[in-house]
Amino acid sequence: MPLPPRAGLGFKPQHYADICATPPDLGFFEVHAENYLGAGGAPHAMLGALRRDFALSIHGVGLSIGGLRIDPDHLSRVKALCDRYQPDSFSEHLAWSSHGAEYLNDLLPVPYNAASLSRVIDHVDQVQTALGRQLLLENPATYVVFTESDIPETEFLAEIAARTGCGLLLDVNNVFVSCTNHRTEPRAYLDIFPLAQVGEIHLGGHEAEELPSGPLLIDAHGSAVADPVWALYAEVLAGLGPVATLVEWDNDVPAWPLLLAEAARAERMLQESARHAAA
Amino acid sequence: MRPPDPVDRFHATLSGSVQPGLLAVAPDEVAPRVAVYRNNVAHSLKAALARRYPVVERLVGLEFFAAMASLFIANHPPMTPVLQEWGQDFAGFLAQFPPVAGLPYLPDVARLEWLRGEAYHAADATFLPPARLSPDTPLHLHPSLRLLRSAWPVVGIWQANQPGRDGRCSEDEARIALIWRGPDFEVPVVALRVEDADTIEALLRGSPLSDAVRSSDPVPLLTLLLRNQLICDGGYP
Repeated sequence: MPLPPRAGLGFKPQHYADICATPPDLGFFEVHAENYLGAGGAPHAMLGALRRDFALSIHGVGLSIGGLRIDPDHLSRVKALCDRYQPDSFSEHLAWSSHGAEYLNDLLPVPYNAASLSRVIDHVDQVQTALGRQLLLENPATYVVFTESDIPETEFLAEIAARTGCGLLLDVNNVFVSCTNHRTEPRAYLDIFPLAQVGEIHLGGHEAEELPSGPLLIDAHGSAVADPVWALYAEVLAGLGPVATLVEWDNDVPAWPLLLAEAARAERMLQESARHAAA
Repeated sequence: MRPPDPVDRFHATLSGSVQPGLLAVAPDEVAPRVAVYRNNVAHSLKAALARRYPVVERLVGLEFFAAMASLFIANHPPMTPVLQEWGQDFAGFLAQFPPVAGLPYLPDVARLEWLRGEAYHAADATFLPPARLSPDTPLHLHPSLRLLRSAWPVVGIWQANQPGRDGRCSEDEARIALIWRGPDFEVPVVALRVEDADTIEALLRGSPLSDAVRSSDPVPLLTLLLRNQLICDGGYP
């Protein structure tokens, strides 16, 4: 079952009591796989209870699909988690976070050339084979461009999807952040993005710094979704129709009602999009 | 040897100096753009260490902790993407770190905080109804149960540095801490008598209760174990 084409939120344990007191009308919850790899205790008790009442997306941040190798032990732990909770979707990033055994806890940039394309395709195959399910691969927020990159990011993602059968997770904030940082046009990026493969959308907040050549946006997930990102999202929905949409807010996490209001804004736009699609 | 990939060279850039020719970025913008990644790595790992060791952080202060965490991270980076499993070496690092030699109890406070994290994530188990207790068969203690013996009054230090407490310790000299995860997922820390700690260790080795009891008065320990549902069914749920 794919995720329902509705708005969802990232689950934060500090909101658990609010969620139990008044179960929200949300399309799904999303959790980071790496926070649920312990043996037992509160994380599993809460996730088990959520799973009974909501659709679930498990989002990995540590498989390092864009890196030089996938850690087979970590992959089997993620598989055990997916086997246990049977999420409606599993997604990961076009990024790397481990180098050798060292884990860097950030989504680091991938060079876009033939060698790395073939490596990422092998890694996506490896993950999909191990999990026995389709993976959604997310476009990254980036701050640098490699000299050796000679394939556009959209083409790189389209090729991975075509060759592995994976789906894509379109992070609209990441599109806005990366295009702004690299002085390109987000609408031009979206015009050539393989929208037909998109199984989920992410929206999140960013921060801004100033560089000599213009703004440097940082994908900080610590604030509300910015207006230009909402505008891009509306355009994506107009082209694609309604698709499961997560509002991410991972740092300086606000009170539950504020998060619900952000999700409600996405939900209204999804309903609008569904009416257009039906008309 | 494979030639260095841009991924290797970016990794080297993060921990050292920017590799020439690696990035197609205006020269005056290389540093601030690479800094976003460096800061993400550094801040997220420091925050993870502070979440694991809040009492150590309080005892040395926020700024000192942040500086010390940078050194620890440089020498003991995570070797797993599961951050709750990273940082066990922190107690050993503190024991060898001259600037905190004036706080000789600090490594044991860190050990206690590490064990609390282990207890929080330990496997689940079902409580054994007291009617099924037998003095002659091995008991299964809850998988979250942890014991720490210290040369310092770590229980009092830990308790005095919880949120809302002023950090002043009582005269309590308790040097053995018992840690577990309760049914509401709280992770208490209580002081244990030496003979009760010996009993716990004997039980963990598989001795039946009749052999494990070392104290002339085992009632307080048994009461603690029963009241907190720390004696479990042998089979896991």
